[in-house]
Amino acid sequence: MPSWETVIGLEIHAQLATKSKIFSGSSTAYGAAPNTQANLVDLGYPGVLPVLNREAVRMAVKFGLAIGANIARRSIFARKNYFYPDLPKGYQISQYEKPIVEHGRLEIVLEDGSRKTIGITRAHLEEDAGKSLHEDFHGLSGIDLNRAGTPLLEIVSEPDMRSAKEAVAYMKKIHTLVRYLEICDGNMQEGSFRCDANVSVRPVGQEKFGTRCEIKNLNSFRFIERAINYEVARQIEILENGGTIRQETRLYDPDKGETRALRSKEEANDYRYFPDPDLLPLALDDEFIESVRSTLPELPDEKAARYVEQFGLSAYDAGVLTASREMGDYYEAVVDKLGGHAKLAANWVMGELSGALNKENLDITQSRIDPERLAGLLARIVDETISGKIAKDVFELMWSEGRTADEIIEAEGLKQITDTGAIEKFIDEVMAANPKQLAEYRSGKDKLFGFFVGQVMKQTGGKANPAQVNELLKKKLSG
Amino acid sequence: MSELHHLTLAELAAGLRARRFSSVELTKHFLDRIARFNPDINAFITVTAEQALAAAEAADKRLAAGESTPLLGVPIAHKDIFCTDGVLTTCASRMLANFVAPYDATVVERLASAGAVSLGKANMDEFAMGSSNETSYFGPVKNPWDTKKVPGGSSGGSAAAVAARLAPAATATDTGGSIRQPAALTGLTGIKPTYGRVSRYGMIAFASSLDQAGTLTYTAQDAALLLGVMAGFDPRDSTSVDVPVPDYLATLEQPLAGLKIGLLKEFFEKGLEEQSAKLVREALAVYEKLGAKLVEVSLPNLPLSVPTYYVVAPAECSSNLSRFDGVRFGYRCENPTDLLDLYTRSRGEGFGAEVKRRIMTGTYVLSAGYYDAYYLKAQKVRRLIADDFARAFKEVDVLMGPTSPTTAFDIGAKVDDPITMYLNDIYTIGANLAGLPAMSIPCGFAGGLPVGLQIIGPHFSEAKLLNVAHGYQRETDWHRQMPSAYA
Amino acid sequence: MSLTRRDVENIAQLARLSISESELPAYVDSLSKILSFVEQLNAADTAHVEPMAHPLADQVQRLRDDVVTEEDRHEKYQRNAPAVEAGLYLVPKVIE
Repeated sequence: MPSWETVIGLEIHAQLATKSKIFSGSSTAYGAAPNTQANLVDLGYPGVLPVLNREAVRMAVKFGLAIGANIARRSIFARKNYFYPDLPKGYQISQYEKPIVEHGRLEIVLEDGSRKTIGITRAHLEEDAGKSLHEDFHGLSGIDLNRAGTPLLEIVSEPDMRSAKEAVAYMKKIHTLVRYLEICDGNMQEGSFRCDANVSVRPVGQEKFGTRCEIKNLNSFRFIERAINYEVARQIEILENGGTIRQETRLYDPDKGETRALRSKEEANDYRYFPDPDLLPLALDDEFIESVRSTLPELPDEKAARYVEQFGLSAYDAGVLTASREMGDYYEAVVDKLGGHAKLAANWVMGELSGALNKENLDITQSRIDPERLAGLLARIVDETISGKIAKDVFELMWSEGRTADEIIEAEGLKQITDTGAIEKFIDEVMAANPKQLAEYRSGKDKLFGFFVGQVMKQTGGKANPAQVNELLKKKLSG
Repeated sequence: MSELHHLTLAELAAGLRARRFSSVELTKHFLDRIARFNPDINAFITVTAEQALAAAEAADKRLAAGESTPLLGVPIAHKDIFCTDGVLTTCASRMLANFVAPYDATVVERLASAGAVSLGKANMDEFAMGSSNETSYFGPVKNPWDTKKVPGGSSGGSAAAVAARLAPAATATDTGGSIRQPAALTGLTGIKPTYGRVSRYGMIAFASSLDQAGTLTYTAQDAALLLGVMAGFDPRDSTSVDVPVPDYLATLEQPLAGLKIGLLKEFFEKGLEEQSAKLVREALAVYEKLGAKLVEVSLPNLPLSVPTYYVVAPAECSSNLSRFDGVRFGYRCENPTDLLDLYTRSRGEGFGAEVKRRIMTGTYVLSAGYYDAYYLKAQKVRRLIADDFARAFKEVDVLMGPTSPTTAFDIGAKVDDPITMYLNDIYTIGANLAGLPAMSIPCGFAGGLPVGLQIIGPHFSEAKLLNVAHGYQRETDWHRQMPSAYA
Repeated sequence: MSLTRRDVENIAQLARLSISESELPAYVDSLSKILSFVEQLNAADTAHVEPMAHPLADQVQRLRDDVVTEEDRHEKYQRNAPAVEAGLYLVPKVIE
């Protein structure tokens, strides 16, 4: 049996965060009552015509610039013809031969820290379809066209990924990027960010790609990994049993954890693409493109590099802290308020804070502790008012209450004991209470030093400054 | 004073302003004529008598108050391809037989705000696909000059209504000759403006890159009056062009001495009826008398316009008509068993034979494996044809030739042979492919039936075309002839 | 170009048009004639010709400001709908 190599390419659909639709003045807000945000253009009424939304174009260009792609000076809208109840005109306005963005790339970091560049073939503008609701309307389906005409950027990768993990890393990276660029809210539950995966396998060493299947309905990072792994296993099993893969579209069923072939017995899709005569060529000049470039924020990779450089963070930490623009903003606000101590701030943001957020399924913008309060806490570690250990207790109180670190330290009497005389008093007590251990230590059993530190800290309720305890203990124990 | 229906649009507008008659009087006069004569010629699908009288009353009040918008109180008819808010808009199809448009087309809106009173919606070929007005779900339209003959198409209802003096003017659309050919066959003045000159918003699409709205009137002056209101930039149509609209009436009287007329050699070569050729040459002689210079011009690719058109137009129509699926509006078949059945039967039963033929032609030429050979090839030949015209307009101001190879033919004569039917538009299609403005004006009668002279100009030369047409109409009175049964 | 019955059935299927058995021969005939007719285009030398999609060559797409201009008019728009319930357009069950 040969060993198999997986080949994956992703098509990501990102809904662009415009206020109005790509070709009409209807609102794109999510969650409205059915068909209340579908105007004549969205409904495909006879006689109405599309007019292109400038903001959707700007957003597509912004994405293209962020991935170092070519921005087409002239791109063409085409009609993709097929019949489906959620597609009002019987065609989707998309881009086919001349998309607005071509030939970009994105670097992903794998778990082992290695890096890989994924090619992005193209990104094009198109309109979203509506939704079919399958709740029971006397055995019928209900069609809601509120989503019809919402601008989409379809981002098509090269078949450059070789594992489900790489695919997830790529998808996460795009997810991060579109939110950095503020062109997509990235909300996967609401369908703002969706993905189809083209998956095939081939014997290791074979150049020719295997027959691929397209998996649809991948709307979470977890699903995409499971779906691809399932699909890879399915294909390998077929091939190892002497079968052949049929090129088809498959649907991922998250409940069963399987993919299944779509039942549609449509004739082989023949979309009859042709240039949409209702829309003229989209021409972009340098001025337009430069005006978009000037709005580009610091991108995740640039930000991470700066964190390494400016804050002395590891590449891994920098990557975690730049995973979203909000995370980076939070982190930098903490460092700013704290006036440095970037590594300490990084540890706390990635450690305690992220843990607390995860426990309650919150994102950084929903944190119960704002950067200023967190910096207030860290400042007390820096000036040795409290130890790191006590700080964790204070953090917990801060999380559940509105108080500042200082208020808690004061009220709970958690201030660190730094008075030499006071610490010496505790040390003396501990030495007096443990004569046996003292004798052993003095006769050469150095390991017992830790025992004395622990005893002193216990006596002080953890409040003694550990460095001072160490220093004074050493002096006293040695007699 | 002659009968109200003998007056031109311009004369009616002036009469209303001078309060010689009221809009209500005028509107009633035409409504009465429609009630009397429409059963003969079937020019209207919907007559909006009540709304028309209400609009006429409102116009009279505004006239009494001293207001004077260009068309205040003047009745007109709309081709039933223009959406009219709250009024049945059928496109002469079973598919839309019960469709009440929830909005006004830009053309309708502009004319209404200029004060025009809509009498109703004129019959047409189904979805504007036809050259004889025989494909209408609401029955064929008859030519008022001889009710055994077709009025031409697709704007046959608009043409017959105006020719029979059931309306002093009508809106129309022209995708391959649908204004000019009926104008020629019913003895009217028809103008198809430059592509993008008049908004397509609210005009039910047949072939988006060819469709253009225009007018059917008695005179070039009336066309100037009406087009001046209809034309102009519309932000709701991406293909609408933001070029100022000149005052078409202001330049009507300019002298034609020195005008360079290109005689379209290819149009006189074959298929043109002898009598029509003679009348067209006589019309050209009138222009020579007015000081124009005639040169023969050859557009070598022009003979390919019909095959080019019958790839491009069906391709676009096959996609444009996909929205008629029985889901959100329009005809839905009885008891669909499943989704596929809903689609195929609603569309199969809702569309007529010619529409289905064109949808299938278009589907085929766009389908995998045929796109390059048919669609792309046609788009390339389209450019060759457009380039031919552009070259010609470096030499001449306007091009002239016949509008139609024949006069009006018998109803039923060509329905079984699509190619013969398609060839009716052999002289008109070129202007659509190149997006050029073009007119047809009456230039005589052959066997008692009207013959049209076609005038084609460069992009946005409507003012020149109207001036050229008006110059001829000052010398002749073909445009004032009326079919005796409706005089 | 001569089409077969099967060709025409396939085109009709792609275009979602039901064509009855009795109508089919006439369509086979007329569509074949039309396709043969348009084959005249092959006579033109188009080797170095750019296809023309729009009649006005120098026009480019105008862009609209991103402003919500529409209000909810679904009741008016749905008056033309063959079947509506709870604001939704109803169709035979959509099976994926």
